[in-house]
Amino acid sequence: MTDGPFAYATLRVIWWLILGVLLIGFAIMDGFDLGVGASVTYLGRSDAERRAVLLSVEPVWEGNQVWFILGGGAAFAAWPLLYATSFSGLYLAMLLLLMALILRPVGFGFRDKVQNARWRSAWDGALTVGGGVPALLFGVAFGNLFLGIPFHFDSLQRPVVGGGFFSLLHPFALLAGIVSLSMLVLQGNAYAAMKVGEPMAARARTLGRAASAIFIVCFLAAGIWVYSALPGYQVSGPLDHSGPSDPMRKTVAIVTGAWLNNFHHRPVFWLAPILALLGAVGAHVFLHMREARAAFVASTLVQVATILTAGIALFPFLMPSSTYPNQSLTVWDSSSSAKTLLIMLAVVVIFLPIVLAYTAWVFSVLRGRINVEDVQEHEGGY
Amino acid sequence: MIDFDVVTLSRLQFALTALYHFLFVPLTLGLSMILVIMESVYVMTGNEIWKRMTKFWGVLFGINFAMGVATGITMEFQFGTNWAYYAHYVGDIFGVPLAIEGLMAFFLEATFVGLFFFGWEKLSKVGHLIVTAMVALGSSLSALWILIANGWMQHPVGAHFDYHTMRMELISFKEVLFNPVAQAKFVHTVAAGYVMGSVFVLAISAWYLLRGRNIDFAKRSMAVAASFGLACSISVVVLGDESGYLAGEDQQMKVAAIEAEWHTAPPPASFTMFGFPDVAARVTHAAIRIPWLLGLIATRSIHEQVRGIDDLVAQARAQIVKGIDAYSALQVLRAGPPDSPDAATLQRFNANQADLGYALLLLRFTDDPSKATPGQIDDAAWSTVPNVPVLFWSFRLMVGLGLFFIALFATAFYLATRHRFERHPRFLKLAFFSLPLPWIAVELGWIVAEYGRQPWAVDGVLPTFLGVSRTSAGNVWFSLAGFVIFYSALAVVDAYLLIRTVRRGPDGMGLSP
Repeated sequence: MTDGPFAYATLRVIWWLILGVLLIGFAIMDGFDLGVGASVTYLGRSDAERRAVLLSVEPVWEGNQVWFILGGGAAFAAWPLLYATSFSGLYLAMLLLLMALILRPVGFGFRDKVQNARWRSAWDGALTVGGGVPALLFGVAFGNLFLGIPFHFDSLQRPVVGGGFFSLLHPFALLAGIVSLSMLVLQGNAYAAMKVGEPMAARARTLGRAASAIFIVCFLAAGIWVYSALPGYQVSGPLDHSGPSDPMRKTVAIVTGAWLNNFHHRPVFWLAPILALLGAVGAHVFLHMREARAAFVASTLVQVATILTAGIALFPFLMPSSTYPNQSLTVWDSSSSAKTLLIMLAVVVIFLPIVLAYTAWVFSVLRGRINVEDVQEHEGGY
Repeated sequence: MIDFDVVTLSRLQFALTALYHFLFVPLTLGLSMILVIMESVYVMTGNEIWKRMTKFWGVLFGINFAMGVATGITMEFQFGTNWAYYAHYVGDIFGVPLAIEGLMAFFLEATFVGLFFFGWEKLSKVGHLIVTAMVALGSSLSALWILIANGWMQHPVGAHFDYHTMRMELISFKEVLFNPVAQAKFVHTVAAGYVMGSVFVLAISAWYLLRGRNIDFAKRSMAVAASFGLACSISVVVLGDESGYLAGEDQQMKVAAIEAEWHTAPPPASFTMFGFPDVAARVTHAAIRIPWLLGLIATRSIHEQVRGIDDLVAQARAQIVKGIDAYSALQVLRAGPPDSPDAATLQRFNANQADLGYALLLLRFTDDPSKATPGQIDDAAWSTVPNVPVLFWSFRLMVGLGLFFIALFATAFYLATRHRFERHPRFLKLAFFSLPLPWIAVELGWIVAEYGRQPWAVDGVLPTFLGVSRTSAGNVWFSLAGFVIFYSALAVVDAYLLIRTVRRGPDGMGLSP
């Protein structure tokens, strides 16, 4: 399968795009419930207010989170080396992420079962952690992809990863973490502004505007850093785009500013970061104008464009190695076999539209704003 | 080269987190189906009590579902964090059913579960029933794909080793999909989940009847549980027998270990009902045997042998020797130019690559399998024997519980048809105290299937010890401690909520007329 419409190289690009689609789906969908979770104690002052805020995401967050679960599953099936190296390499960060994510199903599921102020505020805290910590860690992880992660492969091709948890907390990675946190908090509050009644919606507009301002500053700062000082990676030796997935056959050079190569090469890609900034400005303005729907659309644009910006910058790298750059994982040498990629593509083509259709139906059933009065009828624990 | 602290800790962590996850999954499977039955009756009859039943059991379902989702995320993470080499080595095949599970099954289940709880007022009767059915369908489909993945670990079909990429690669998706082991495991496991749901409903309803609370509600619930449970408990045992037959074909060592069949006996082999397997002496003391039975279960004939452990170890030894040939050829291929391999070496590799996994067993005893001594080969061959006493006892207890469930549900079914539950408090007590038994049975089932596959992560392909990540023992200690503390706290909260909800009951929650 070296040529034809589904040449190995083409399949690899398609699967890189699918991974991007899943990440974007995750940021748009799970993004708003992570953002709402992280903001719940600010948005709701009384128990009834908090219940109204949580009720805006409770019926849908579970489905939203599957975008993340599926992203992990797709990485396992389509990019097994990426899945193996990143999850084992970021061991303690992944553990922290996992524990935070575990707090969500139990937080949403258990909070309202008992009418006790301390019980409920404890779960509100759990949901804040469960929303905020993953939102921060995703950016920290992306920041570390830009920096490169210390790993190589042994003679059996087992990934060997150096560094510990604290080595992940490079200032650039923390900056990227704030970018993702502010981006998802914006998404959550734009959603809440649209979905919950006053006075929670007013608080959501305030917090959303603050988040969009922080996003703009940090996104620009990260861009300037990448342009002026950050070493980037570029493939410098031969790399067969349809070759076997053996990440040890190429050479890679580290050059400052190399993460912008793709933008210089195809200036149309500059649209991605520009749209991310415009989206954030738009969300800020629309929230000010109390146009919550428009703000949510603008915020969604921020999610799409920010992830595209990162993806374009890194391409074709999936995970650069800072210690053995030649062994970095790229789109061309760390995928599954062509056969697996083709079968999985067929499955995605059939089932993703079905998923989108029933998800849209569920949201249409649940349309409408949620006010404090609405939560009273659900009292009683079911 | 292999850090055995990391291996031991990673295995312990996987076993604990998988066994813990498996406390919740079968109940989700079973209760979701029971909710569909109850709500169907509501839609067909319009009798409000069936709606209240659906809502009440739905609350318990929801508490359990949250735990299942929470602990399921761990499983997906763990293949990467702790079993990175496994993920790389078999991701090309194993990752496929996992990803399809997410797309086809978990999405369905998770998207509709919210509407199950919050859609009662927003949907028509039939609309809501469809939502409930989608949740149940999603959870059963989820089990299907997970067991296709697991079935491949038990019986790896449709794949071969590629020396360019140093991993197993998919040849035939059809074979992976229609793997007979996966099919048998799916129906056995799902039916076990349905039995658990039925025992859960039966036991809690019995408690209400003993207390004289929610009489109509509990009797109807018991009738559903009794009929559904009876059908499913018979299926579990029959389909478990199918698994046994298939294991007899493909995983002979597992069957031999379960039966403590130390030596090949002339066919048809007898079934050891009871006894004390002695690993050191390789005999079973005080054995009570039923003639012919094992031969019939495992081979469905009276002429075929059920091979004993010593025979299978000898076979493993021969496979190790062939595997060493593949391993040495692989080293030569890896050292040479990747795109123009030496033809003779490639042929030598291809001829023996099916047994490459057996050579990898030697990495436990030597860093270089190609220079293994006969003593090391013997050690590796004997390392293919799983823990006989654990399997022997787990299996017997599991089967005993399976037979008990049939008797329990048959009795319940009889009493349900006669409307006589209240007159038999002793049966109600028995039903109530049976509550923990399905959990014991399914955990034992996991042990038989997974511990019985040891020393392999993927049977004959990848030894478990080799599958671990090259991380530090300190990291795994830390995560294991984290899981123990975190999971224990969650268990306390979960048990508290379940007990509290049952105590409040439909009458305490505004769900009685």
